[in-house]
Amino acid sequence: MTMSRNEIFKEVQEVLVDALGVDDDEVTAEATLTGDLGAESIDFLDILFRLEKAFGIKIPREELFPAESLMNNPEFVNNGKFTEKGLTELRDRIPHTDLSILENDPDVNKLGDLFTVGAIVNYVETKLNAARGNW
Amino acid sequence: MRWIWIDKFVEFHSGKSAVAIKNVTLAEEHLHDHFPGFPVMPETLMIEAMAQTSGILVGEAKNFKEKVILAKIKKAVFFDYVKPGDTIKLAAQIESITPEAASITGKITCCEKLIAEIDLMFSHIDQNLAGKKFPEENFVFTGTFESLLRDVLLSGADFSEPGPEQH
Repeated sequence: MTMSRNEIFKEVQEVLVDALGVDDDEVTAEATLTGDLGAESIDFLDILFRLEKAFGIKIPREELFPAESLMNNPEFVNNGKFTEKGLTELRDRIPHTDLSILENDPDVNKLGDLFTVGAIVNYVETKLNAARGNW
Repeated sequence: MRWIWIDKFVEFHSGKSAVAIKNVTLAEEHLHDHFPGFPVMPETLMIEAMAQTSGILVGEAKNFKEKVILAKIKKAVFFDYVKPGDTIKLAAQIESITPEAASITGKITCCEKLIAEIDLMFSHIDQNLAGKKFPEENFVFTGTFESLLRDVLLSGADFSEPGPEQH
């Protein structure tokens, strides 16, 4: 069964409402997970588990939140802050995201501000299409 | 004193599910204040009891090598009171488990009647993203928990060293 982008958005919205205890009208495509919706680090995993269940797909964590896989590498993150090398790597992995907030303050906790609801919908859409093997 | 809110496990399926029971008694002092003349088990302690049931289930799945910490109460809905004399059954099921965390769904029943639905998330804190370091010693799983598993593990759980898979 093919899901339209709007259907995917509705489902993602429901996942975020349940996971974060927010109202559905707060979950807009532009809303950031940490900044606007108040997600904390453990919530990211909760969201991932719920998305897997809702869409029946397997989501490797570093695929949905690519920047997070940098976290455990001391070359990229030192003392809770991104190193110059870490920032360069980040630019490579999420080329369409504005990283200027991090350039001023490379605190890893700021990373959450970069993830938006729209980014999740994009990811799920790509993943579902790939699962159907259409493109 | 250790804060234990379950009496023993009656079922244990490694990495999948577990059932523990707790006998509620008026000998528990807090029941006299909660509430005077109407003693009922506090709902917060039911959440704690479920956290212990499922926390041990999640810990055993990784041979008690990880420090398993309650990270999020995803859901806690209560349908009825638990009174002195009741035996409650706490059934937990692992929904997802990854190197960093685990998610469980739990149900508390008393004589087949649904008392509560409690879903939790645990973090394996040594795998935290901020790279924070914790003491080497596993302060979560100490020998205190061993007796809880007396009926379900044939040779007893080994809380200090990784042992063979227990079923």
